[in-house]
Amino acid sequence: MKGYGHTAATLLFLTGLGILLIAILQALPFGLAPMQVGQAIVAAAPGDTGADNIVTAILLGYRGLDTLGEVTILFVAAAAAGMVLGGASRGGAQAENAGFILHSAAYLLFPFLLVLGAYIVLHGHLTPGGGFQGGAILAAAFFVPVLASPASPFNHRTAMLVEGFAGAAFIMIGLVSLVGSDAFLTPFFGKGEAGALFSAGSLPLLYLAIGLKVGSELAGLMARVSGAEAGA
Amino acid sequence: MTLLITLITGVMLLAAIAVVVLRGLLAAVAALAAVSLALSVLFVLLRAPDVALAEAAVGAGLSGVLLALTLRRVGLWPGGPAREDEQ
Repeated sequence: MKGYGHTAATLLFLTGLGILLIAILQALPFGLAPMQVGQAIVAAAPGDTGADNIVTAILLGYRGLDTLGEVTILFVAAAAAGMVLGGASRGGAQAENAGFILHSAAYLLFPFLLVLGAYIVLHGHLTPGGGFQGGAILAAAFFVPVLASPASPFNHRTAMLVEGFAGAAFIMIGLVSLVGSDAFLTPFFGKGEAGALFSAGSLPLLYLAIGLKVGSELAGLMARVSGAEAGA
Repeated sequence: MTLLITLITGVMLLAAIAVVVLRGLLAAVAALAAVSLALSVLFVLLRAPDVALAEAAVGAGLSGVLLALTLRRVGLWPGGPAREDEQ
């Protein structure tokens, strides 16, 4: 019963950790921001960037360089996983197809997931969501068919091309913004009409680049982990 | 509202305990995804839809699939393909 001992020790440790965290939470007011900078940004963001979604205004407008770092971390992680897993396995080709339900649902779901992902990416500056969330849904759209029929080839080459061009596009947009201003990734193109699809300057373009990059990266990563045959 | 938050937190706690207690690794992965799904509902209630979307897509969706695929790859998923061909 060694396994149960480990489980009991884990639960005991986690309970203790939970009690400690609750003790800390007791001293903090619930739902109140302890810092003042948030209110200032919420007040200034719509006028500064023209984006309705303040989270997007912060992610791409005020903290664009941090987002570039975030995307870079994801790129490095996906590249490392590709290096470790790439080319090692051809086991996925031997796996038989999934059952009838998953197989038909996968191809039925594909266009809907594609539209949903594209909507969330393109409306990132208007409604909740954006490049990261929409990119994850796009990745799911391309990965579900691989899950349904493991023998079908996943085109890693195209995924890597899309990923590379999208990442380069993000940096190019940042460099182009240096023409009119003195800071990297300053939004340009003007603010436009608040609430319109073509508004908030270059922020939707940045989110489109992030969405394509995250989508192709995650889809490629999952295809590699699942051991799908590398297509030519 | 407080009742709802307590309820969802309770679901999260139960699912989190299930992750540790369950013997089947695939069931533990499913319980982990349930934690993330409940957490994303909690984020919606706390009016953070952006974080909720990210949590639902990444936490409940991708990470669960990734963990399950890893189980299959290392041969711990009983239903997965046999891996003798790699030796």
